Order: sequence, then C-alpha cells, then structure tokens
Amino acid sequence: MSDKKLIIAGVVIFVALIAFPFWFNLGKAAPAPELALTNHAKTANEGKCVMPTDFMKAEHMQLLDTWRHSVVRNAKRTFVNTSGQEFNMSLSNTCLDCHSNKADFCDRCHNYASVRPYCWDCHIDNPKETE
Amino acid sequence: MEDSRRRFLMLAGISAVGLTAKPVLDAFAAEQKQNPKIGLKKGKDALTAKQWGMVIDTRNFESAEDLEPIIEACHKTHNVPSIENKSHEVKWIWEEHFHNAFPGLAQKFLDDRTEHAPFLALCNHCENPPCCRVCPTKATFKRESDGIVLMDFHRCIGCRFCMAACPYGSRSFNFRDPRPFIEETNKSFPTRMKGVVEKCNFCAERLAVGKQPACVEASGGAMVFGDLSDPESEIRELLRTNYTIRRKQSLGTEPSVYYIV
Repeated sequence: MSDKKLIIAGVVIFVALIAFPFWFNLGKAAPAPELALTNHAKTANEGKCVMPTDFMKAEHMQLLDTWRHSVVRNAKRTFVNTSGQEFNMSLSNTCLDCHSNKADFCDRCHNYASVRPYCWDCHIDNPKETE
Repeated sequence: MEDSRRRFLMLAGISAVGLTAKPVLDAFAAEQKQNPKIGLKKGKDALTAKQWGMVIDTRNFESAEDLEPIIEACHKTHNVPSIENKSHEVKWIWEEHFHNAFPGLAQKFLDDRTEHAPFLALCNHCENPPCCRVCPTKATFKRESDGIVLMDFHRCIGCRFCMAACPYGSRSFNFRDPRPFIEETNKSFPTRMKGVVEKCNFCAERLAVGKQPACVEASGGAMVFGDLSDPESEIRELLRTNYTIRRKQSLGTEPSVYYIV
C-alpha cells in the first residue's frame, strides 16, 4: 500500500493518454456538410424529390436497393411514390438528372460520414455532362 | 397474506404489460403510417413475354462486314469495351464459324456457303441455363417474368463458374477496368467494373421501354425477336415455316436462339 500515490498517478496518466483523441479533438467536430442543390433540383417537380427529404436523407440507400432489386430481378422499372407520381427507377437517369452535381451533393456527405459507396464504378456519374 | 402477495404479482404483471405494450403498438402504428402506398410496376410501354427468343436468318449474311453494324450497335448501346488483347476481350455478340458454332452439325464436306458464311453468336438465354445453376451468389439468374438470363452485376463476385458452365462461350470476364476501353460511352447505360462477368441481356432495358433489341433493330429484318411461348407470335410463325437449328442442342440447355441456314 505504500505505492498508493505512484499507482494513482500512473492510472491518471494512463487514462489521460488513452483518452487523448477525445480531449484533443473536443469541440473541433467538423460541421455537418451543406448540400448544394442544382437549379434543376430546386425547380423540377416543384422541388420535391421522389420521397420526402427527411426520408431521402435517412433511407436513400434502402430506396436504391429496393429499386435495384425491382428493376433487375422483377423487370419493374416504374416507381410510384406516395402522392401517386411515377418515376423511372434509375440512379444515373433519374437521380442524377436533378442532382447532376455529384461532388457537391453525394460526395460531400459521403466523405463526411466516411462511407465509400462503389455506385460510380459502373453507373455514369454525370449522364448529362453538365457543370 | 398468500392471497395479497398473489394479487400484488398479478397487478404488477398487468401494469408491466400495460406500460410496455403502448410504445410497441405506437411503433407499429408509425411504421404503417410511414409506408403509405408506394408502388413498383412495369412501365406502360414495356414489352412482355413468357420466354423471349430470337431467330437469326443467316441467309442474309454473306461476309463479316454484314455483321459489323449489328455487333457495333449492341456494343455501343451497352458500353462494351473493345480490348485488343484476345484473352481480355469482352463480347456480347460476335462472329463465329459454322464448325465452332455448331460442332455437332459440321459435316466433313460442307457446302461452300455454310463453310464460309459468318454466324452470329450471343447468349442463348437457355430455358435450362447451366450458368445459373452454378452461380454461388445468384448473381446470374433466369428471370421468371420473361425468361431472360440476366446478370445482377452488384452481386457478381467474379468467380467465373458461369463462364466454365456456359457451353457457348457467351460470357466475358472483366480482367481490367473496362472504362478506358470504351470509345464512346452511352450515358444512359452503366458500364461494368473490374472483376465481374458480363454477357448479352437481350436488351432488357430496351424491352422495358417498348423497343426491340439493338441488334434486331440494326439487322434490317434478318433477325426476329419475339415470344416463343406464344403460338401466334411472328417468331413462332417463322419457326413453323422454316427449318432451323440451335447451338449444341444435345446438351439439353434448350437455347432460345434459332438459326435459319
């Protein structure tokens, strides 16, 4: 028990070192990215996406997965949204028709969240060659 | 004393159910509200069939030049790369000699025309496709709605079992990133990536918008596309009135591409 002071000091130093990334980066969190909308995205279909924005933010990957399955496996290529509007289920030809600014729309958020979807290895990322 | 303890436990149990059930029911209610009728359906112009098939009238083709525009139409539409190196080559539709296309039928002494005529080869979209049986991920499958043997490139792991299984050599592997080898990209169709197998898709994406396959359109009537399961279809009429052959029929894969020779 005579080493009590040493042990406590050691534990404090150990905890401080282990927690280094936390206290060092405290308050320095990167701000959430601001996504840019193209003019086309703001005006087409009254500025509404195929589903409400909140849904798209959280669930676009599930939506795209459903689309893929439906198009490839079931030969059903038309999506009917909650207000009865119809859309061609195509990443390049429908999504990117409005969101033709992939770098400022898709990539910003994906980089922030550190996800690397490999959509663009095959799907053309700028089908209309705007920009 | 016994009685009141039992009552206490009963009450406690009932109130626990009451407290926990409401959030669960609320969650179910919310889920139902979240998914009001969204729908997935076919486009209104989509062509439909039970089993798509093709008849190629080879009497219309004299030399390899006659096939070129057809092959080009397909390869341009689908962003098929043109790679010089034969072992890395990718092809969806290509030219074949009679003895290679129909090994069981090549006689020792063939007539001059058959001997030298070019034959178009492509995926046969078999009724009993061996490629689909061997695919470990179900990346390639026979689509029940129209009989097309399709690839889901998202799922392909590049094991190439399907290439070994296909008796027609209809499948190509992307040994390298195909993008640099695509001269002119069709922006409305995806490319492929390194490490996946690809092949003819009977223009599933064109059928979905009411168009005939690109090769059929470019052939000027030498190729006919239609529903093999419909006895009234043009293709069945052609098969009734002409003698046709199929590639490696004895293997039992039931190819859907017929040749008039």
